[in-house]
Amino acid sequence: MKHGLFVAPVLGALWSLTIIVCLTILLAFSTGLPVRPIWLVSLLQGVAIGGIALYVGHRLLGVGLALIVILATSLMQPFAIPLDQSPVAQGLGLLVLAAGLYLPLRVMLGHLPAAALNRHQFEDAIVRFLTGFGYVFFTAVVIVPFYVMVMTSLKGQQALLLNPLDFSIEWDKGWDLFRSYSELFTDYNFASYLFTSILISIMTVLVTLLFSVPGAYAVARLRFRGQAMMSRSILLIYMVPMIVLALPIYVGFSMFGLRNSLFGLLLIYPVTTIPVALYMLQGYFRGLPAEVEEAGLMDGLSRLGVILKITLPLSLPALASVSLYVFMIAWNEFLLAFMLLDDPSKFTLTRGVSMLNSSEVPRQHLMAGAVIATLPIMVLFLGLERFMTKGLTAGSVKG
Amino acid sequence: MSMSEPQAGPSGRRTRDPVSTPPSAGPLAKREARLAWGLLLPTLISVALVIILPLLAIFWISAKPINLGDLRPTTPDVYERLKGKPKATGDASIVEFRLKNSSREKPIANVTMVDDWPDGLVPVELDERCAIAAGRLSCNFGDWKPGYREKLQIEVIAEQAFLDSGINIRDSVPVMEGDASSDLFSLEFTFENFRAVFDSSEFVEVLWVTTFYTVVGTVGALIVGMMAALILNKSFQGQGILRGLFLFPYVAPVIAVAFTWVTLLDPFSGSFNALLVQMELISAPINFFGDRPLALISVTIFEIWRYFPLSFLFILARMQSIDTDMYEAADMDGASPFQKFYYLSLPQLMGILSVLFLLRFIWTFNKFDDIFLLTGGNAGTRTLTVNVYEQAFAISNIGAGAAVAVVIFACLLAFSFFFFRFMSREEGL
Repeated sequence: MKHGLFVAPVLGALWSLTIIVCLTILLAFSTGLPVRPIWLVSLLQGVAIGGIALYVGHRLLGVGLALIVILATSLMQPFAIPLDQSPVAQGLGLLVLAAGLYLPLRVMLGHLPAAALNRHQFEDAIVRFLTGFGYVFFTAVVIVPFYVMVMTSLKGQQALLLNPLDFSIEWDKGWDLFRSYSELFTDYNFASYLFTSILISIMTVLVTLLFSVPGAYAVARLRFRGQAMMSRSILLIYMVPMIVLALPIYVGFSMFGLRNSLFGLLLIYPVTTIPVALYMLQGYFRGLPAEVEEAGLMDGLSRLGVILKITLPLSLPALASVSLYVFMIAWNEFLLAFMLLDDPSKFTLTRGVSMLNSSEVPRQHLMAGAVIATLPIMVLFLGLERFMTKGLTAGSVKG
Repeated sequence: MSMSEPQAGPSGRRTRDPVSTPPSAGPLAKREARLAWGLLLPTLISVALVIILPLLAIFWISAKPINLGDLRPTTPDVYERLKGKPKATGDASIVEFRLKNSSREKPIANVTMVDDWPDGLVPVELDERCAIAAGRLSCNFGDWKPGYREKLQIEVIAEQAFLDSGINIRDSVPVMEGDASSDLFSLEFTFENFRAVFDSSEFVEVLWVTTFYTVVGTVGALIVGMMAALILNKSFQGQGILRGLFLFPYVAPVIAVAFTWVTLLDPFSGSFNALLVQMELISAPINFFGDRPLALISVTIFEIWRYFPLSFLFILARMQSIDTDMYEAADMDGASPFQKFYYLSLPQLMGILSVLFLLRFIWTFNKFDDIFLLTGGNAGTRTLTVNVYEQAFAISNIGAGAAVAVVIFACLLAFSFFFFRFMSREEGL
């Protein structure tokens, strides 16, 4: 088994299947052509190009040879349809296929001898293959759903029913492409939902910080009886499931007339995020050098003065990441908004989107609603990704 | 700098002492403790109100035979109007109050009514239960039976003062009060809810579905997250972009991604089925979220897809903090990649893996939104949390929903017991 002439074709065949599936999805989604992989031929191509990658080091030559192999084995129909249907797209696909087969395989197999392998060489080749496969696999499983979400929102219902694989953009529609979006804002009150969600999320962040900063400081820095118990209770509360709380909250809010009010939501949202924020912040506060604070105390500042003038400015990155995380939780919250809000004029964005999930509303409106709910949080997140990942891991992972 | 006041928690770990504290609980230490509790107080109060109180309430409700409809309070209702509009001084008309018990099942005791009474409206004869004093009409109706109705009519003569004031008697809303018993507050307890929940043949299935979803979802998310971390654990261009991309499923609102997957996997118009058919992998579309047992597998895969980013993030952070010297030494000794992973990386990652396992296990167990949005708990995907909603709102038996919630809470207590045993050993929390 551990022989170059065995490993190369096997990995070649596996890689070929990976690439052909991805390329088929890509071609079908972007052109709507009835493309499909010819499984047996793909296996053959992989075996052959695996062999080429083993011997041929010159890139252009390798890709050229791969092209010839692909065209010859598939009888000039690499995607199971004649090449003269959308020749540009198919030609591009063919080039990508040849390069996508030869170049990565060369990286995986290029250093292998066409002879018996030692354990190191063998495992190295497998690791390289798995790494390559991982990139393609993870990128695909993450991107495809989001791509489908965006593209569905731009298509008409009929077009999608006719060919569910065709996500090509109909440029000639012009601004009409975004019709479902404009209809959500004009007919479905989405401007109000967007505003409500922004308001609720920002208020939640502010209230959470107001409560959790002093609390986290106390748990992290001050010494008092019950400190250890307190830091454990925070975690415990973090784990209480919302659905268990939602029922009594529903009953209580029904009795006090708080159900169906944004004030009611603002009473609960911060409490669900305060434990998380407390936990993340106290982890950060512990990491800050205590000497700076001691110096402040020596200089005559009070404890609160130290918190305001020294600790808080030092923890701005942590505050940013906690704010972002809390904002994300409040923005994405669905269960409570779903249970407690009945009046469409008070819906949050997620509650508004769930309203679109009915057979009377076309799919593209639902997907446009999903895009509207996703886009702001994505933009925020991508802009502040560094803070986010730091903040998420800072709380519990030490060292 | 003396270390006074031993405060060995169960973990036995002490935090570093930031300021000098005098021996024993001196005035400074006392002041510090007071300040600490003061800083924590707002949080403690709010958490007690929104988390502890509902947790206690759920036990209370679970022992009550109440339905969704019983939540509407039983109140005395009233509708007031003036029959026959007086036009000149001395005109007679009737002030009418239509009184009603809003409930057909429950009595109301000690019903009273208070309303503004305008000047210049003189009653001919006043009902004996009522009295007018200082511009106010107050009545005492005693007890009302379930479904009680009455028209209380007061004949009045209008005087000039009333006509001049232009008062519409309907501007003032009568204030009604009465004591209605609510099942919610009665001291009657029953185990009926628990019996109904445990007796049903569904309960075994719900437990099995919950276990499958939790165990496979947790382990899957951990393994997939670790694979993602392994391939990104080297620096290259675009690593940051890929890392951000891999986090997408976790950051996006559940409502958006759940509906996207439902759309994508739809048996009639879904792209995924169309793709599989076109690739000749299947001959007829598959109903991923509608058929047993496929639906359960699909929601579990969704769970893995959505939460692998979290374990990916934590595992990657841990991997990047492992000392590279160790690997170099292993390379010198001729260790193969798999050996390095198995003998060097894995032991280093064990701590974070076990913590992640416990955390994700508990969170997956608690998960509600995902399954609710994907299948609504149909086709054999009803977990305990979905069952709470199903009992309480679909069957509108609040008590039974609360009983399931109590079961969840009991499981949770058991988990957290394990959690703290492991946590304190592995990560020193």
